[in-house]
Amino acid sequence: MIAARFLRDGIDRRIGLLLAILLAAAVLVPLLNLAVPPTSSFHMPTYLVALLGKYLCYAMLALSLDLVWGYCGILSLGHGAFFALGGYAMGMYLMRQIGARGVYGNPDLPDFMVFLNWKELPWYWYGFDQFWFAALMVMLAPGLLAFAFGWLAFRSRVTGVYLSIITQAMTYALLLAFFRNDMGFGGNNGLTDFKDILGFNLQARATRAALFSISALMLSGAVIITAALVSSKYGKLMIAVRDAESRTRFLGWRPENIKLFAFTISAVMAGIAGALYVPQVGIINPSEFSPANSIEIVIWTAVGGRGTILGPVIGAVAVNWGKSWFTAAMPELWLFALGGLFIAVTLLLPKGIVGTWDEWRAARRARRLPNELAPVSEPSLAEAAARTARHSIDPGPQPAE
Amino acid sequence: MFLLPLLLLPGAAHGQDASLGAIVAKFADAKKFDQTEALVRELGATGDPAVRPVLEALAEGNLHVRKADGTVFIVSEAGKEMKLIDPLSGETVGEASSSAMKKVRVNNGLRRLIRDVLSALTLGAKSANVRMAAVNTMFANPDPESIEALDAAIEVETDPAVKSRMEQARAAAVVLSDRPEKDRIDAVELLGSLGDRGVLSLLATVEANAEGDLKQAAANATAKIRSVLAAWDVAQNVWFGISLGSVLLLAAIGLAITFGVMGVINMAHGEMVMVGAYTTFVVQGAVRAFAPALHDWSLAFALPLAFLVAGAIGVAIERGIIRFLYGRPLETLLATWGVSLVLQQAVRTIFGPSNREVGNPSWMSGSFEIGHLAITWNRLWIVAFSLGVFALLLFIFNRTAWGLHMRAVTQNRRMASSMGIRTPWVDAFTFGLGSGIAGIAGVALSQVGNVSPNLGQGYIIDSFMVVVFGGVGNLWGTLLGAFSLGVANKFLEPYAGAVLGKIIVLVLIILFIQKRPRGLFALKGRSVEA
Repeated sequence: MIAARFLRDGIDRRIGLLLAILLAAAVLVPLLNLAVPPTSSFHMPTYLVALLGKYLCYAMLALSLDLVWGYCGILSLGHGAFFALGGYAMGMYLMRQIGARGVYGNPDLPDFMVFLNWKELPWYWYGFDQFWFAALMVMLAPGLLAFAFGWLAFRSRVTGVYLSIITQAMTYALLLAFFRNDMGFGGNNGLTDFKDILGFNLQARATRAALFSISALMLSGAVIITAALVSSKYGKLMIAVRDAESRTRFLGWRPENIKLFAFTISAVMAGIAGALYVPQVGIINPSEFSPANSIEIVIWTAVGGRGTILGPVIGAVAVNWGKSWFTAAMPELWLFALGGLFIAVTLLLPKGIVGTWDEWRAARRARRLPNELAPVSEPSLAEAAARTARHSIDPGPQPAE
Repeated sequence: MFLLPLLLLPGAAHGQDASLGAIVAKFADAKKFDQTEALVRELGATGDPAVRPVLEALAEGNLHVRKADGTVFIVSEAGKEMKLIDPLSGETVGEASSSAMKKVRVNNGLRRLIRDVLSALTLGAKSANVRMAAVNTMFANPDPESIEALDAAIEVETDPAVKSRMEQARAAAVVLSDRPEKDRIDAVELLGSLGDRGVLSLLATVEANAEGDLKQAAANATAKIRSVLAAWDVAQNVWFGISLGSVLLLAAIGLAITFGVMGVINMAHGEMVMVGAYTTFVVQGAVRAFAPALHDWSLAFALPLAFLVAGAIGVAIERGIIRFLYGRPLETLLATWGVSLVLQQAVRTIFGPSNREVGNPSWMSGSFEIGHLAITWNRLWIVAFSLGVFALLLFIFNRTAWGLHMRAVTQNRRMASSMGIRTPWVDAFTFGLGSGIAGIAGVALSQVGNVSPNLGQGYIIDSFMVVVFGGVGNLWGTLLGAFSLGVANKFLEPYAGAVLGKIIVLVLIILFIQKRPRGLFALKGRSVEA
């Protein structure tokens, strides 16, 4: 169908644009921060670099949620757990890098362990002095958790709100666990006071600028992978599972495997986002596991438009920019705004910003097209265009009853 | 032991014929503490309540001797001059300057002795409560010296409860005495049958100092007590578990109803509980301001009001938001989460972020004991209340037309609609009912916890777990789920700690869901998704 091809080209072009912006940011932001003198009006202050870097990590997290929710229909209310696990893996590496420069000057043990009178490093801290090991764990820890969790949940066909609730229970259990001092992850205070990463001082402007660039590049990578994934045959299967899981099963596919793969990939992506987040904000603590955080991720994705690649990125940046602005200007109104956003988006903008934009454009195109392509009958074309635009969101056929 | 040498004092020398006045007069010659001690014993042995003021005055250092003639007086200080009171009659007989008087000196050993003698004296008091208090003190501080006093008291005691307690106190005293081994073994066995934590240290002392049969008896008694205590610990855990379970039941049952009928998860459910708790707070404030006499009844006003307020908010949410989201349960979840944020912040703006105090009415404060189990009234009331609410809901569900409609919609919405049931109305009222129940849960929870804007958040995940565990569309599932989660939590707590216990429960539920994805009591239907 012509309209469909036009549209797909359009989406591809949009992703290209997003990638171009991200790459430009990866180059320009450090340049504006480091090379432009602070007096110049083009100078980018360091705090803004860190802030933007944080937004990019959130965008990646939202994108990872979009992969499971928007394309596979799994509403995970525990994605913050994967993010935090990746963050903790990175935090443990950064902790070990402090070495003897801590308050207690113990070369082997992080400060909080000395404080708790621990005599030696627990076994699960072994290896975190090596960056490659930490980097591996950043992906392995969330990945394995998601695999184990998904393997159990999807095989026994836990779906819908039940799945959402138990993902929430998972992150809640982890929240409680990481609050415990005996766990050896710093308890309530988490991990902080980081000094350097790979030998570079974390406070240095150059390091921060580099971290920003890496975040932008990693986000670009995540966008490319997600786009490739959802436009592949496997992506079609994911959408099939989302729209009609039973039907897909009856056609001979195994929805549980499709979901498990998406869930695991998504968790790894979230973990990487967390690992990039921690050195930029300088702290990781158990509150990242709190169920409220995970639900907030969902709203980023929903605002931007789930089932699109661009949407979560836009949503995460927009909502968090709003949060930064609100909490500075009128902190007591932020929860009203966020709550209102949840309600407004689900009621008025169920397809998110990007989805609504697509719909509007498709409708306009459908109105204009009949004049150019007379032979095609109007209703069918309009319908087709609208459906293609909506195909990512439309609840589609309900499960057979 | 400090008191052991006292045993050797000439107790038999008590002059039975000596009048009280003669004994009291002897305090003038008591130069040493052991002489004073003998006199105190002598006074105690008379068993006359009239000696009480003398002994009390002695313990407080108010028993003085006039230097001039060696007469003993109770004095009460008033400036330089001291008022002289006759120790036995209690009449004021004159005044004297403090330099003319000499105090009868006491030390701590004496004071302790006086306390014991006084409690032995109290054993003859008229009120059974006073006697019981005295004998409890003696049981807690066993002293072989008091055996005779106890023996005498047991003989005349008429109240069976006090009598058996006296026998126990006597046994505790006998165990420490140097009486024949047979008596002491009997006493140890009597103590062992009590199952009281308090006698464990006593028995441990005996076991450490004794040999042979007595040691064996003490060891047996200790083991016996420990096993009794272990049984009581289990009972206590069950009670705590039931108490927690009733709270969970209250918080979860409204959620179970809305989830069962409408298939939507109401994330704002916890906030309905909070609204109920704040309604209680407001009602109590109003009652305090306008009708302080009705303070004990404020909960009775708060209950219907909380139901109405929370129910009205529930209906508003359903009509205003959820109605537009049918068939999209995940979006409903998000929208209600938004509602919960708004409600939380609204309450925080109105009432402030700090905890609010909600008082207990008098009939809910205090506690009583069953065996070794202390049960607080407010917990008991909440258990009773939650069961009452449950019974009421069960009645509504199974015996009313509305309940019939709700069950029909739960089982098959389309079919129910085809049969003429107005499903939108059923939805709205069900949501109102669920929210209203959450509101009255808030009234109950305000009695056992803090009332703060975060109140609901604390219960919401636990409530979900109850609903998911118990299964949907069946109230019994919620009941069983709530109580089993409560009891499991409390049983894990002593071994794993509160936090780890909770984590274990959560993990167990996650695993349980794998086995039974629709909970304990799953609705049977013809849906492929089940």
